[in-house]
Amino acid sequence: MFTVDNSKKALQLFKEKIDQNKDYLSELDTPIGDGDHGNNMARGMEAVSESLQNKETASVQDVFKLTAMALISKVGGASGPLYGTAMMEMTKAAATTSDVLPILEAGLAGIEKRGNSQPGEKTMLDEWAPALAAIKENKLTEATLESAVEATKDIVATKGRASYVGERSIGHIDPGAMSSMYFFQSLMEAGVIDE
Amino acid sequence: MNNGVVIVSHVKEIGEGVDRLIKEVAKDVPITVAAGLDQGEVGTSFEKIMDAFEKNPAPTLFAFYDLGSAKMNLEMAIDMTEKEVLLFDTALVESAYTAAALLQVNTPIEAIKEQLAPLKIK
Repeated sequence: MFTVDNSKKALQLFKEKIDQNKDYLSELDTPIGDGDHGNNMARGMEAVSESLQNKETASVQDVFKLTAMALISKVGGASGPLYGTAMMEMTKAAATTSDVLPILEAGLAGIEKRGNSQPGEKTMLDEWAPALAAIKENKLTEATLESAVEATKDIVATKGRASYVGERSIGHIDPGAMSSMYFFQSLMEAGVIDE
Repeated sequence: MNNGVVIVSHVKEIGEGVDRLIKEVAKDVPITVAAGLDQGEVGTSFEKIMDAFEKNPAPTLFAFYDLGSAKMNLEMAIDMTEKEVLLFDTALVESAYTAAALLQVNTPIEAIKEQLAPLKIK
């Protein structure tokens, strides 16, 4: 379940992973996007980290809401509204539960709505959907996360910037799925999700 | 004027350029721009879009944008603002120009929508 402490810890870990892999994320984004996913996410998570350190967080909702606002205002690319909407929907869900699955399901629904997208279109949803399916059966592992990211290589992009290159997107990992893997890894490492 | 135009672009100069172009045909239409990020980087910002909504004196706004993520930020801002915002998935330059020219001569909203419909590309 989500607590104030483990959600803040998870977001701090997420920030560190984004920082460490900033160049790699931008590199993934170069052939099929505009090459800025790493920098955009790093700028956003820097703002999240600052906000969580300086502002009062009495509830999980506070943590999610501050995160959403920072991402929405600071990211710049498509990942800002997408991650931001996910966190905003998670904020709403956290009003009535602290269970991981319904909260993350609300996040996924938010991404689908904002991106007007479904899993299978070579987006971050192709990491979120398999991760959530595994959480539902209580068997989320590092391997599940990695194979889902790897599987985005074989998908033709039909949404987002990558759809402009169409068939040529095959063979490339989706950068949003990769950054989402860091998000779920962070949730596991922080003890939000038990392996 | 009751109707204004909001231009959203990833690039500061694109926003400014479209603004300059459409002012040629719409000197009385309130136009506000949200283009690029704070340090001049390429991108769109939810805050800048909210600002463009609020600074525009018109209660009803015609919003035009360039690429996908601009639309996502626009939709979030539309969820938050009190104003009525009409969002068009149309070619930015052509449709902003058409709408502004028609608003300048007080064309009814429905007639403007009709003229913009064939410019839908997204």
